[in-house]
Amino acid sequence: MSRRKTERLLNLVVCLLATRRYLTAEQIRRAVPGYPEGAEAFKRMFERDKEELRELGVPLEVGSDRTGGGGEETGYRIPPQDYELPEIHLGPDEAAVLGLAARVWQRASMADAASGALLKLRAAGVETGDAPDPAAVVGVEPRVDAGDPAFPALWEAVRDGRPVTFEYQGVGRTSSARRHLEPWGVVSRRGRWYVVGHDRDRDGTRVFRLSRILGAVVPDGPAGTVTVPDGVDVRKIAFDSGEPVGDPRPATVRLRAGAVQGPRRWARDVRPAGDGWDGWDEAVLTFRDVDRFAPYLARFGGDVVVLDPPDLREAVIQRLKAALAVNGS
Amino acid sequence: MSTPANTASTGRLGRLLALVPYVINRDTVAVGEAAAAFGITEKQLIDDLNLLWCVELRAPDPYCPIDLSYEGGEITVAEAESIARPLRLKVDEAAALLIALRTLAQIPGLHDRDALSRVIAKLETAAGAAASVAGQVAVEVGGHGDRAHLAVLREAITAGRRVHLTYYVPARDENTERDVDPMRLLVVEGATYLEGWCRRAEAVRLFRVDRIAGLTVLDVAAQVPEDAEPRDVDGGLFRPSPRDESVTLDLAPEGRWVADGYPCESVEELGEGRLRVVLRTPDTRWVRALALRLAEHGRVVAPASLAAEVRAEAARALALYENV
Repeated sequence: MSRRKTERLLNLVVCLLATRRYLTAEQIRRAVPGYPEGAEAFKRMFERDKEELRELGVPLEVGSDRTGGGGEETGYRIPPQDYELPEIHLGPDEAAVLGLAARVWQRASMADAASGALLKLRAAGVETGDAPDPAAVVGVEPRVDAGDPAFPALWEAVRDGRPVTFEYQGVGRTSSARRHLEPWGVVSRRGRWYVVGHDRDRDGTRVFRLSRILGAVVPDGPAGTVTVPDGVDVRKIAFDSGEPVGDPRPATVRLRAGAVQGPRRWARDVRPAGDGWDGWDEAVLTFRDVDRFAPYLARFGGDVVVLDPPDLREAVIQRLKAALAVNGS
Repeated sequence: MSTPANTASTGRLGRLLALVPYVINRDTVAVGEAAAAFGITEKQLIDDLNLLWCVELRAPDPYCPIDLSYEGGEITVAEAESIARPLRLKVDEAAALLIALRTLAQIPGLHDRDALSRVIAKLETAAGAAASVAGQVAVEVGGHGDRAHLAVLREAITAGRRVHLTYYVPARDENTERDVDPMRLLVVEGATYLEGWCRRAEAVRLFRVDRIAGLTVLDVAAQVPEDAEPRDVDGGLFRPSPRDESVTLDLAPEGRWVADGYPCESVEELGEGRLRVVLRTPDTRWVRALALRLAEHGRVVAPASLAAEVRAEAARALALYENV
């Protein structure tokens, strides 16, 4: 990017901050060096400059004052109270925490935004020091990855209150489908990102996993048209699936001695199986949902045998038979 | 939408607007110190200062609103008028910090929870309206495992002591015993990890705290080798090695979650919601377990020997059911 352009934009900011009155485009052209002579060329360049300032977060006010030199013609100014970061004072312990927070984002847009914020806070006088020793501050260093391709577009949509549309491939579906969503929020659990919102196609609250979005997330309406209903807790919606889970039930299982270490960590009444089952233990495991628990036990293959209840036992046998058949030569 | 080109120019403009208040708030700053704070070279910084010094308004009367000097390598700003304060935080900037701070706040047994709450409150005030949307993004930090373990590990790190772990390895479904010299605690992909020098592997390893079945602090000083590099976790936790075995699985629509849950070398749509994925792994035992768990929703395509192992294991299990 050219030095001349940076210089012109800097002049423009200083000029619009210094004025109390609205300055017309013509007044700006006379005050700020670097604009071309031709009316059309100036207009195009000025439009781009305004866009760039907005992009940077500069609050550009558009209006007119009758008493001003421009009469009722539209003018521009930057109100200092809207431009300036309010005073902020942080103690050394607070600044250290802030420095750590700025390093939480691992990649991409959010990491850049965090560094940008830190730069402004340093400019405001905050001393974050060099890399604080995380062990001394919180004892644990959290890292959050927002590298999901769909994340930036969804975050912008949530930020701007804009509906979006995307192609979605749900688990268990034979084809993807175009979905239309009013996004309310984006949440992450166990390193996986989900978007929560009002699904226009299904006319209800829905949760989508970002990794199952195919291709681009594109705007599907103007900004400011999504309203998050009062009292909505996006985290609660995303993680309380509300699926009915059965009551806890005991399962009696046999576990090969020395194996099946995972379930043993929460097994009850572990004892030698006895009569003809040398090298086996018998134990009680608690489960709620046969459809989830049977695959979990099936993965241990010949190291686990379910004795009871019959529905669980049958479900495991069916899965083992299916695995045998599907992997057939 | 921002294009890379205008991001570069607004990036520099943003830096120029921050540079002036940065100096003003410190009265005088050495060129080298300012360059380091902004992550640029001294030459770039001097160029920035010259550019600021050149700011000129021509109408109604010509004048130069910014007066600064960097004589003797010390920057001072005598006059900065309207850009003496930094620009307000953008929504993205306020959100990035607030979400990160709230993520930190979830870590159990935080040393300085008080400072954290104060920073959040001050930042919310300073950011104003820009802070509100940050509440619509949340990062849940879980997988801490036993909180007592976390506290013990923290103490061991502070005291520089070696620990003994009984560590569960789900891929092999076995408990392993090892001595580890702890380096740091990390939260990556939503789970808490101990990073340390594993004396058994003689390498830096990450241990998920919720898989630590037993933990003892040893009466031995931790000895992390000088050349032990902390793992670069920013590229993801999974590191395939060229020596790893390649496994190809075909997944039914119900088995597509495998592509989300495991790092795949390639993912190919086969139509009708079916996927073909290629995984690389140093140890195929967990893939065998995965195939048994998937049952009809997943098929081992290659290697054929692994498919045979899955069949054999299923047959061995079914034979046991014949007897009870």
